[in-house]
Amino acid sequence: MSAAEIPKQVEALLTTHRRGFLKSAGLLVVSFAARAATPTSEAEPAPPYPDPDFRRLDSWIVIHDDNTATFYVGKTDCGQGTGTSFRQLMSDELDIAFDRTTCIMGSTDNTVDQGGSGGSTAMERDSWPMRRAAAEARRVLLEMASARLGAPVDQLAVSNGVISVIASPSKRVTYGELIAGKKFNVTLTGANVNVVTGLAKVKPVQDLHSTGQSPQRDDIPAKVDGSLKWAVDVKLPGMVHARNVKPPFACAKLTGIDEASVRSLPGFLKVVSKGNYVAVVCEREEQAVRAARQLKTTWEKPATAPFPASENLFDYMRTATPASASNPIVTGNPDAAFSSAAHIVEAEYEVPFQGHTAFAGAHATADPTNGQMTIYSNDMKSYGMRNGVATFLGMPREKVRVVWMQGPQGFGRTAADDAGCEAAWIAREIGRPVRVQWMRDEETAWDTKGPAFLVKIRGGLDASGRLVAYDYHARSCDYNHVGYNEPDTVLIAQLMGSRRAKPAAGSAAVPSEKYAIPNRRMRGEVVGLPIVWETPLRTGNLRDPNGPQSTFAAESFIDELAAAAKADPLEFRMNLLKAATTDDGGFRRARSIAVFDAVAKAYGWNPRPSPKPPEKGNIATGRGIAYSFRGQTVVAQIAEVEVNRQTGHVWAKRLVCAHDCGLVVNPQSLHRTLECAMLHGLSRAIHEEVRFDTEKITSVDWVSHPTLRHADAPEQIDIVLVNGDPNPNRPDLPPYGAGEAALKPMLAAIANAIYDATGVRIRRVPFRDDRVLAALKAARA
Amino acid sequence: MSKITLKVNGSTHTLDVEASTPLLYILRNDLGLQGPRFGCGLGQCGACTVIINGAAVRSCILPASSVKTEITTLEGLSSNGRLHPLQQAWIDEQVPQCGFCQNGQIMTAKALLDKNPHPTDAQIRESMNATLCRCMTYYRVQAAIKRAAKVVA
Repeated sequence: MSAAEIPKQVEALLTTHRRGFLKSAGLLVVSFAARAATPTSEAEPAPPYPDPDFRRLDSWIVIHDDNTATFYVGKTDCGQGTGTSFRQLMSDELDIAFDRTTCIMGSTDNTVDQGGSGGSTAMERDSWPMRRAAAEARRVLLEMASARLGAPVDQLAVSNGVISVIASPSKRVTYGELIAGKKFNVTLTGANVNVVTGLAKVKPVQDLHSTGQSPQRDDIPAKVDGSLKWAVDVKLPGMVHARNVKPPFACAKLTGIDEASVRSLPGFLKVVSKGNYVAVVCEREEQAVRAARQLKTTWEKPATAPFPASENLFDYMRTATPASASNPIVTGNPDAAFSSAAHIVEAEYEVPFQGHTAFAGAHATADPTNGQMTIYSNDMKSYGMRNGVATFLGMPREKVRVVWMQGPQGFGRTAADDAGCEAAWIAREIGRPVRVQWMRDEETAWDTKGPAFLVKIRGGLDASGRLVAYDYHARSCDYNHVGYNEPDTVLIAQLMGSRRAKPAAGSAAVPSEKYAIPNRRMRGEVVGLPIVWETPLRTGNLRDPNGPQSTFAAESFIDELAAAAKADPLEFRMNLLKAATTDDGGFRRARSIAVFDAVAKAYGWNPRPSPKPPEKGNIATGRGIAYSFRGQTVVAQIAEVEVNRQTGHVWAKRLVCAHDCGLVVNPQSLHRTLECAMLHGLSRAIHEEVRFDTEKITSVDWVSHPTLRHADAPEQIDIVLVNGDPNPNRPDLPPYGAGEAALKPMLAAIANAIYDATGVRIRRVPFRDDRVLAALKAARA
Repeated sequence: MSKITLKVNGSTHTLDVEASTPLLYILRNDLGLQGPRFGCGLGQCGACTVIINGAAVRSCILPASSVKTEITTLEGLSSNGRLHPLQQAWIDEQVPQCGFCQNGQIMTAKALLDKNPHPTDAQIRESMNATLCRCMTYYRVQAAIKRAAKVVA
């Protein structure tokens, strides 16, 4: 097999799930024809894997002779179905039917670098260059048709890839007839991929037809019939299997490997090791699993405990000296306002480390043949992985490529992927293609973690119950936060001794709400653990990195203030929003009010203060509301819960969400993403917590680290898409992000609902049965 | 190494493997049936589920040599090019996010409906409760099971 050629099996697998028409059109022909048509200019040097040039129209779009189009985009999908939405927008701009298009995503040598995915930026940022490229292709095709049909462009009409003369409709030519097999050879302009553009303008929203409809996601059929091939499914000629031997505790030093302990096992090939990194390579997968378990290794513990035990984490964070502190954001005079306040409320909230805990362990397959390195990976930032692996191995990046394939949703985990560098390093060591995968306990223990937060908030009410002073003080445990595909902080590099001179500072977010509070101070500090290298308590971006934590605290506290003021929690918030603000012309404030109105209406909210008057019986029911921004997307949610007074069990019976992310490309697909994001928030609210003693993680599987289950699913979920600018003079909002935003308020909505049901305020996440029961008992005592 | 014979989705295969090899690795790596997937290797999540004797079974902890009757995998659900009503319901409801666990969801639901074509909501929750999804598609999975139950009945 030549190095530059992706095995046909894999190439086929990358595209089979895209659209039915590909199958009938001859799948491999189409995909290879499309690749061949993606140009590399003869004048350019020809290293193995040149970067597709984002300034060339041909890098984005290929038109085939059957009048179908393939779009090449530099994005990956984490399970939200973004590829389908890109096709909707691009087919609208190109003026071709949606079902005559397909979309290839995220592989470094055949799609331009748009960074992969992350931060809910797919529609908000990255759909724009795609749309402009498609609009430019339409413009160029119209010019070509003008020459072919002998009519000026303004006398031509386009419909579904067919251009005709308006006055004489029988004079027509298809896109395929105009360009199939040829390149556009059109150069785009723009300093970077985000601003790249041709001469054509994108269409106004009202001229988009597929956009706003809900075609089914093109990746789903192959996900339910078993035909989709994932990154875990890659098989290469001569491929072998590797499994890691992780340090048994944090910051452990490897002092010995007894290879004889596995040498006689079936299929054993080699132990590869450098520094504290150890892996075992075998012919077959189950052989590698067994050999990695049986390999005898000895380790030395660090001189000091690397971290406090999880039950002491917040005491540690409370007294630790911060590694950094943000400048306080101050409005008015908070100190003076507090001293004249009629009533002061204070509370402290705790959110533990939470894991990404992807459904399968980190995995990648690397092929080192012929002096190059190809990595088959589900890394959401495949382009970053290419650069990271090249640097890590000291290889020219032109000789490294990443073929992106689907994987289990990781909520940011695969942006700090570990397996790619491991597979590449092992592959080079042994000179054969190798597939590596982490086991469940490795992944749950050693994946990157969302930072723990300790948030103290004080609020001052005046005599009429108005919020006049507010002080927010967050402390996150986030020092040495791991970034995207960093070759010096990826776990294998750490285990091999890499230390960054200046670790990443981390961050401690402040709330995103738009309440008008005349005197306000907000600040964040970051603390570090005693040892921050080679530890499984390494933080990384977990779906909206700080948002769920800061919003849990801030939106719980607003409820506490409303209760202190004996006000309805929605009305209390609305009054804060309706007071004057200085935000962007009231744009965010108006949209905040709009989502609150929508969620209250959908739920059927009757104003009354919390908590609800006590009910008889074992089950207490209550409702909670919360809201937040993520970027320019605003979400308000109401949770209705049942709390079992005997067991402490919380069931979210009904969830309601009003969501404004501007232009909605595919409403059904967005609905599904929001449902799942809300339930991810619910899981983090009631189940998820990383537990550890002073040397290792003790929550290592689905029993010791529970996640949401079927029995937790609500009976009813209602979603209202509030798409729009409440200002009629300012219509047609662009698309903003979706995915992370709908998770953010959920923790607070649940906590507020528990309070409404029981009168007991839970300020510590997660609200597991034992914790809720203890709080109920304490309140009764 | 020992010779074992497996009947999977109507085909019979004889393989020479360690008798203790979990069925999952043989299905995936020797027979090319990659609908069942490795999620935990502990029988906790359900990603590796196959159907044996009408029951949803976790193939990651099942020694291949212990299987004496026919195995059905996700690939074996469709017949004559027609999707199983559950698979169609999964598409109609647009259930999956990433889809990695959906083999377990669909196969567990299949075993449920085969035994109980008209499950109540509570029975669905109970029967599906050990089949995990990190994208949290539970609400939509339950809707799809109810949709399929109408067709299967």
